Amino acid sequence: MELENLRHGTELIKRGFARMQKGGVIMDVTNPEQARIAEEAGAVSVMALQAVPADIRKAGGVARMADPEIVAQIIDTVTIPVMAKARIGHFVEAEILESLGADMVDESEVLTPADEMYHIDKTGFTVPFVCGARDLGEALRRINEGAAMIRTKGEAGTGDVREAVRHMKKIMGEVRELAGKDKEELIKVARDIEAPIELVLESADLQRLPVVNFAAGGIATPADAALMMRLGADGVFVGSGIFKAENPEMMAKAVVEAVNNYDNPEKLAEISRGIGSGMKGMSADTIPPEEALQTRGW
Amino acid sequence: MRIGIIAIQGDVSEHIDAVERALCERGIGGEVLEIRHEGIVPRCDAVILPGGESTTLGCLIEREGIAGEIQNAAKNGIPVLGTCAGLILVATRGDEQVYKTHQHLLGLMDVKVNRNAFGRQRESFEVDLDLPFLDSPYTAIFIRAPAIMDAGPEVDVLSTINGRIVAARQNNVLALAFHPELTPDLRLHHYFLDMISVT
Repeated sequence: MELENLRHGTELIKRGFARMQKGGVIMDVTNPEQARIAEEAGAVSVMALQAVPADIRKAGGVARMADPEIVAQIIDTVTIPVMAKARIGHFVEAEILESLGADMVDESEVLTPADEMYHIDKTGFTVPFVCGARDLGEALRRINEGAAMIRTKGEAGTGDVREAVRHMKKIMGEVRELAGKDKEELIKVARDIEAPIELVLESADLQRLPVVNFAAGGIATPADAALMMRLGADGVFVGSGIFKAENPEMMAKAVVEAVNNYDNPEKLAEISRGIGSGMKGMSADTIPPEEALQTRGW
Repeated sequence: MRIGIIAIQGDVSEHIDAVERALCERGIGGEVLEIRHEGIVPRCDAVILPGGESTTLGCLIEREGIAGEIQNAAKNGIPVLGTCAGLILVATRGDEQVYKTHQHLLGLMDVKVNRNAFGRQRESFEVDLDLPFLDSPYTAIFIRAPAIMDAGPEVDVLSTINGRIVAARQNNVLALAFHPELTPDLRLHHYFLDMISVT
């Protein structure tokens, strides 16, 4: 078998990578030491970024892709996959991350958008992408642009899970509503939610999104992670929730175990005991609309 | 017939679908069990370790007490299939990358594995692979795939890519570096189910 017969970057390979993450926890990290803690705790991947969302909120200013030096150091430190965030529409940041060897790019609303009209055309990349969504239409538009994985947007950096719950229930509910509709009704739905008809038909048929769907944005405790799994998430992203907690090592391990025991309250009680307090956070409804991250992207 | 699938993390539902479809094609009844905790492996006639992150899977099968149960089952001749991350877990020896994370290996097959033998995600690939027991090539999906660098005398090498072993069998243990559960072709799941009837 010769190496030149190998086919790279196909849809099956990009979506397949996302499938390997299912049932796992992906943790935000800002340096190699945090990446090592996440890996030891049992994270399936780490997300490399300059600052966790809670600090991005506090700092203000323009939030960009992480320093390539830090991304490279994190890649050298861990054996699990390394993901990294690029600004919405900033295809050059995405190309840089791809060339560094990042295993997945998160085109993320947590960073300051670089394009107010268009998301990145993700179909031309070899590296797979994950994108945030608040409803079915947004999720299917991202998949149509080439996203291999979807996550709820939630409201990042708050430690308040309510927006992630809202987005997950919305997407799940909209998929359920597709069941029982005939083709012309589904075409009408596609028009109403501004999504491609083929993807609406596929979601109706599968009774789920055609790609892996994770929860993200405000998940701060083992119970939050288990809640999102109960609502049908394929796995969870935890951003500020780990390294803004009182004891990051214990919190990281507890969140991983909670995802594996999400339907067992006794076990969850045991897992959640004596792990120190979660991040302080802020109630999502105290955030002025112009400071909300979830409304970035469309 | 009971097929247990280690369901801690990774592409579990794809394996369940593939096994259920294969059982249906064979016209035999069977039950597919998801294994997330101890106590289920001893009731299974075959066990599948799916793809996922080997570091995470290794750490959690240990924490949940499943690791020892799989070792016992394999010793008793129960067929075990490891795909991708599962191939790493069934090995006796690993490379530096494997030991860096204190990876726990089950040691069911006398091989040395290289954790990401073909590189990172951007190097992941599809290829049409020849296997000795199939009459036409099999489209194999390799995702940050491992490979076997070195195999003991008991191991039957089934396929290689550029000198790296990507499919191997040692008695009742089958290891594949790729993902037969991601394509509709069920021939490899049938091959594994055949191992149950003969052992």
